[in-house]
Amino acid sequence: MISITVIDRDDQPHVLETPTDMGLNLMEVCKSYELPVKGTCGGMALCASCHVYVLSQHELPEATDDEIAMLDQAFFVKTNSRLGCQIKIHDALDGLEVKLAPEAE
Amino acid sequence: MEQPLIETDILIIGAGPVGLFAVFEAGLLKMRCQVLDILPQPGGQLTEIYPKKPIYDIPGCPGVLAGDLVQNLLRQIEPFNPGFTLGERAETLEKQADGRWKVVTDRGTVLLAPVIFVAGGLGCFDTRKPPIENIDQFEDKGVEYFVRNPDLYRDKRVVIAGGGDSALDWTIYLSNVARELTLIHRRTEFRGALDSVEKVQHLAQTGKIKLITNAQVTGLSGNGHLDGLQILHDTDGEFHLPTDHFVPLFGLTPKLGPIGEWGLQVDKGAIEVNTFDYSTNVPGIFAIGDINTYPGKLKLILCGFHEATLACQSAFNVVNPGKKLSFKYTTVTGIEGLAAS
Repeated sequence: MISITVIDRDDQPHVLETPTDMGLNLMEVCKSYELPVKGTCGGMALCASCHVYVLSQHELPEATDDEIAMLDQAFFVKTNSRLGCQIKIHDALDGLEVKLAPEAE
Repeated sequence: MEQPLIETDILIIGAGPVGLFAVFEAGLLKMRCQVLDILPQPGGQLTEIYPKKPIYDIPGCPGVLAGDLVQNLLRQIEPFNPGFTLGERAETLEKQADGRWKVVTDRGTVLLAPVIFVAGGLGCFDTRKPPIENIDQFEDKGVEYFVRNPDLYRDKRVVIAGGGDSALDWTIYLSNVARELTLIHRRTEFRGALDSVEKVQHLAQTGKIKLITNAQVTGLSGNGHLDGLQILHDTDGEFHLPTDHFVPLFGLTPKLGPIGEWGLQVDKGAIEVNTFDYSTNVPGIFAIGDINTYPGKLKLILCGFHEATLACQSAFNVVNPGKKLSFKYTTVTGIEGLAAS
């Protein structure tokens, strides 16, 4: 288990205890804790409803072309923007801190 | 002008995999179907968003590309000769004196059927609107989310925003139409076709267009009609850019759309159904596939197939009042026009 802090759109932090052996991604973890993350496309980097800002300095895998293309169509994008569905949960992400981006449409 | 009128047994709204398979199950019960979809081709998300992605949980298909699944479904329903109304969106719903439903599309097509299956998936694909506070008040008054008529921009000042193929293609096209054309993109890299990217860069270098990268539009100004944009540049800060038109091209996003106004019980954007037959709170209207919700709902194509099958059983009673339905296996009856390989 690792713990991840997700700051919601009202600036409330939520500490999520997350198993690392279930192949989860960050979007799925947020949904399982019933945070307001839609995950409309199911995790294919096709909708940006799991858009987050990464606040901690954890090393994350490079964004794929699909993720970059999707972020190009998203709004409120910053340099630390990522799609939660593309962040696979593993041990090295213990202490990860992210903030949910504003909802668009 | 007389609008086209189409009469059928079941009007299926949504030509995704579940809507298409409903044609098959309805066909087994000798019910005719008309399939309506806002997209210009059948297949829904599978064709529009991920045609090349493999799907692994279709029973009996150990890995099938989404696009191929749609082609197979189309082949499977061909013997039942469904009608298609594509590129049109269901707008209004009205009960007729004869008990049938009348649906009118945004193009004015009139569809009459005793039963409606809403198989709308995520909803209808609509253009993505940038979250700029007063953008609504400039819609069709200088802000257009897609290029309908290029002549509108003749000798005008036009700003296009976006970094994908449609932003690039329209920039190239309108550079010969508009008096002044500016393309704004959030990054320096473009993800469109390489050829288009090079053309746009050439247009910018030769002064035919203005290219502003690392910037976003944050505000609109104008009195009745758009006259300028507020732009936030990553390093240069905010500045004002006068323009007559602003065309943000940020792709498509699914929305429930007008169906949300039809009096159906909706919970978090999904239509509530009774799992006995996937009927909604409105008699004669069923909801199947990703657009419905019920306790235990899973958004899976295979679950949608099951839902379509059961909905057809109840639809039969509405389409054929008083007739008795006898259940038959396809192995017993066969299907004319479909040969097993």
